[in-house]
Amino acid sequence: MARETPSQTIGPFFHEALIRPGENILAGDDTAGARIVVEGRITDGDGAPVGDALVELWQANAAGRYAHATDARAEVPLDAAFTGYGRGRTDGDGVFRFETIKPGPVPGPGNSLQAPHLNLVIFARGLLNHLTTRLYFEDEAANETDPVLNLVDEARRGTLIAQRRERGGQTVYRLDIRLQGAGETVFLEA
Amino acid sequence: MSDGDTTYPPRDLASHPPALHEAYGSTKARAPSLAPVVVPHTLSELTGPRLGLDRHEAIDADLTRNAVRNGAPLGERIVVTGRVMDEGERPVPDALVEVWQCNAAGRYHHPGDQHDAPIDPNFSGAGSCVSDADGRYRFTTLKPAAYPWGNHPNAWRPAHIHFSLFGPATLTRLITQMYFPGDPLLPLDPIFMSTPAGARDRLVAAYDHDVTMPGHALGYRFDIVLRGRRATPGEG
Repeated sequence: MARETPSQTIGPFFHEALIRPGENILAGDDTAGARIVVEGRITDGDGAPVGDALVELWQANAAGRYAHATDARAEVPLDAAFTGYGRGRTDGDGVFRFETIKPGPVPGPGNSLQAPHLNLVIFARGLLNHLTTRLYFEDEAANETDPVLNLVDEARRGTLIAQRRERGGQTVYRLDIRLQGAGETVFLEA
Repeated sequence: MSDGDTTYPPRDLASHPPALHEAYGSTKARAPSLAPVVVPHTLSELTGPRLGLDRHEAIDADLTRNAVRNGAPLGERIVVTGRVMDEGERPVPDALVEVWQCNAAGRYHHPGDQHDAPIDPNFSGAGSCVSDADGRYRFTTLKPAAYPWGNHPNAWRPAHIHFSLFGPATLTRLITQMYFPGDPLLPLDPIFMSTPAGARDRLVAAYDHDVTMPGHALGYRFDIVLRGRRATPGEG
């Protein structure tokens, strides 16, 4: 048996290798689904912006299917115009931003159904291991019965639920991420 | 491992650094203070982006050539190669491997790097490749140098290459750093030393004379183990 290679921090100098312009835009002209903007600000335990983070997004398509062989549900359509993956950097103010579509619900354990959500992975200087979290949408009734949200203390659940607003003709979901301290975001270990 | 294999053991926590490692100053305000919430493995965790051949060309794996503007970059050419595998030592094919590093003088191609060492106009320090059917990857590059940083007085990072890997699922995502054997800075480096003692040596490449290219470049071997089934074929 081989043991896992240890994680190390991404450090502050990853941009040349990992950031490509436009890779935070997941939805193209032909992508099915409701266009949304997802944004948020990452701050540390002192409230300072984390301006050197890498944020990765992985999500199902509008029908609720992941573009991956393990999601083999032929009855749920794939979308040839949507990979479900994006990544972007935070700016100097700690803000990340994605343009994507709202995903459909996906199966959970047993016969349960998970509320629509985005999977977020965060890397930054000072994070020796990456952090995993989810973004849920405040206007989804299915949040009440979501099997993962219900594992989280009710008092902390709000750190995973993005707030919706309309801005300049766009639907924007905002979720700020606090790495440490008051209002600390719930991070997940799978 | 095939995409259809959806069984993953728990993350091997003894192999990874803690969130907070006081000697590495940047962890103090950034490490979460609360334990993560353990969640079941649903399709959200068992799937992940399959980023592969469409993302790069063969030259992207040769950092001595992929950013040339007016000549060869300066430094000691090396080859870094190895296998990407799971915990059962099965190969992980089609894994996107992305690397980045400073140049042979210890300076990154990055506006945030203010170290007083020369920029090499012919070296970006960034490369990528995809593992083959046996999980093998291979880069040609320059040996990176040590460089100072502000973590503590007279702090120097040992020479290292950053590695980013996408395996079959979100669960297998890994970003790490590869170090060089015999580097006297290793025991002085709080990032390397944040790793549990029994796991640190997995971050150090081995010099491999069979990889060394006569008259051209020294060879280093660095195998990478991603989370994945622990049983070997026949046991499971």
